[in-house]
Amino acid sequence: MSRKSFRQAVNEALAQEMRRDPRVILMGEDVSGGSGSPGEQDAWGGPLGVTKGLYKEFGPTRVLDTPITESAFIGAAAGAAASGLRPVAELMFVDFMGVCFDQIFNQAAKFRYMFGGKAVTPLTIRTMYGAGFRAAAQHSQCLYPVFTHIPGLKCVIPSSPYEAKGLLIQAIRDDDPVIFFEHKVLYDMEEEVPDEPYTIPFGEANLVREGEDVTIVAIGRMVQMAKAAAEALAKEGVDCTIIDPRTTSPLDMDTILESVEETGRLVVVDEASPRCNMATDISAQVADQAFGALKAPIKMVSPPHVPVPFAAGLEDLYIPNADKVAAAVRTVMGAPDRREAAE
Amino acid sequence: MQLSRDDLLRAYRQMRLIREFEDRVHLEFATGDIPGFVHLYAGEEASAVGVCLHLTDRDSIASTHRGHGHCIAKDCDPVAMMKEIYGRKDGLCGGKGGSMHIADLSKGMMGANGIVGGGPPLICGAALAAKTLGTGGVAVSFTGDGGSNQGTTCEALNLATVWKLPAIFVFENNGYAEATSSKYSVSCKDIVERAQGFGMPGVMVDGHDFFAVWEAAREAIDRARSGGGPTLIEVKLNRYYGHFEGDAQTYRAPGEVEAIRAQRDSLDLFRNRVTEAGLLDIAQMEAIDAEIKQAIDRAVIDAKAAAVPGPADLLTDVYVSY
Repeated sequence: MSRKSFRQAVNEALAQEMRRDPRVILMGEDVSGGSGSPGEQDAWGGPLGVTKGLYKEFGPTRVLDTPITESAFIGAAAGAAASGLRPVAELMFVDFMGVCFDQIFNQAAKFRYMFGGKAVTPLTIRTMYGAGFRAAAQHSQCLYPVFTHIPGLKCVIPSSPYEAKGLLIQAIRDDDPVIFFEHKVLYDMEEEVPDEPYTIPFGEANLVREGEDVTIVAIGRMVQMAKAAAEALAKEGVDCTIIDPRTTSPLDMDTILESVEETGRLVVVDEASPRCNMATDISAQVADQAFGALKAPIKMVSPPHVPVPFAAGLEDLYIPNADKVAAAVRTVMGAPDRREAAE
Repeated sequence: MQLSRDDLLRAYRQMRLIREFEDRVHLEFATGDIPGFVHLYAGEEASAVGVCLHLTDRDSIASTHRGHGHCIAKDCDPVAMMKEIYGRKDGLCGGKGGSMHIADLSKGMMGANGIVGGGPPLICGAALAAKTLGTGGVAVSFTGDGGSNQGTTCEALNLATVWKLPAIFVFENNGYAEATSSKYSVSCKDIVERAQGFGMPGVMVDGHDFFAVWEAAREAIDRARSGGGPTLIEVKLNRYYGHFEGDAQTYRAPGEVEAIRAQRDSLDLFRNRVTEAGLLDIAQMEAIDAEIKQAIDRAVIDAKAAAVPGPADLLTDVYVSY
């Protein structure tokens, strides 16, 4: 066990799995960086340095720089997965899924069903998501609801370095296509992470905090916002449960429903655009299956239905934060927001 | 390398099997018993067979929406194929794929594909796997003139050269992308011109001539197997039926198909060539014709009688585990 950043946790998971299984290869744009250039090879190790050092250890047959050609290399990763390799493809920003979406949702996701259960496609696509980098509309989206929507794909959204390492190792060992979402703002977050390889199973939510008044379900980076909100609310005497589903497909609805049966109140926090996102999906399932247990209407905390803005002040307004989560909790607790009342 | 007598018999048998299969599906589709979209390969047999005769199960192919011929040429079971086209439980894909997604990965057949240009990137992956795992296998992408214009295809051609993959890109140019002529939709005179731009050898062959396809494919596949990288092959040919079954084909010239059938039929050309050269007897080929006709009769009877998938089958085969 040692203190590691999210970035180091991902790098360590990749290195350990590549050592364990020679069929695991890594491909993507500048995952090494410098291929064919006069200067240094492994110059970048990924645009944010997440894969740094892997080229030096595993060489050019296991760590492949690709041209900027997402359809070709994501499709190649799918084809290679169906042909005996276990590729990890890095799609730099999830926003670029638009240029290669067919290869994911019409090809990789559907091989198994279309081919009558005879295809196995152990493909992992790692991708950066989320707002907070002043990266504007084409480099800041979440988009995981889009992939959660598609049968045949699994969606993994780690909320911390510990979660990232265990879930990525599970993703690489998993026999189905997995989209692994890494929040760019979390890369520098540090916590204690085991040095040895370990897995966290999919479809098993993490009970981050137990409290009897309200259930907060939060996705990815929003788990950190929910924790900050819960600490503030504790001082007001409101005791929150926080559930991190870890994976949105499969989704552990059992844990969420059990908690709502106990607390009777639900707030869902999701950084994805508000229409047809995880907040609407989870809320609908709770309303469908546990309506009688609800003491108050469900509250959803999501950004407004606009593209992610560039200007710092606008982006800060856009992103759900601890104050917005706390306000939603106060609403479902039936109490007026005291700070607003004081103004 | 020369074609042996066994090779010739095998080639003829497969070409005849494709023709009989497709002619029969054409007839049966008209009765309304076959659901969905069906795109037939009749007329193009020499391409699939001329290429796939060089391949074994360790080699992969990706096909198009017009995929039955590639399936047969890659040794998929024609009875299981017919059952799949009828949507039966013991069809090649359990009745979950149908004509447009027919596949058998155990034979290296990575699927017909409902998306034009869907296959070429997958073939880069199959070729990468063969190269990385050292299987000695090659991967062949079959695409049409329509697919030649897709971005996925252009990206795959580039990547195959950049990674020096054991891949072959076969463009079956039958002159029409759906109802639009390739003379209108393809920016260059011949698709083969694009090979140079992607840094790979290109060759154009007459797709009615089995021997021409076989020879071009042999050279390309030998080069790929020996580490020489990818090749583009443009195969000029014609389809006998419409884009899909039910297509009235009013975009074609009057008498166009009849003239090709009379003068450039790939099976007729093959028979003439091998009998004139004294390589095969006409009686041998007629015996194959009769045998295949019976086999396809049987396949249709079996397919019609076969069980359909049950309600429980709706939910299986989505994930390995979930």
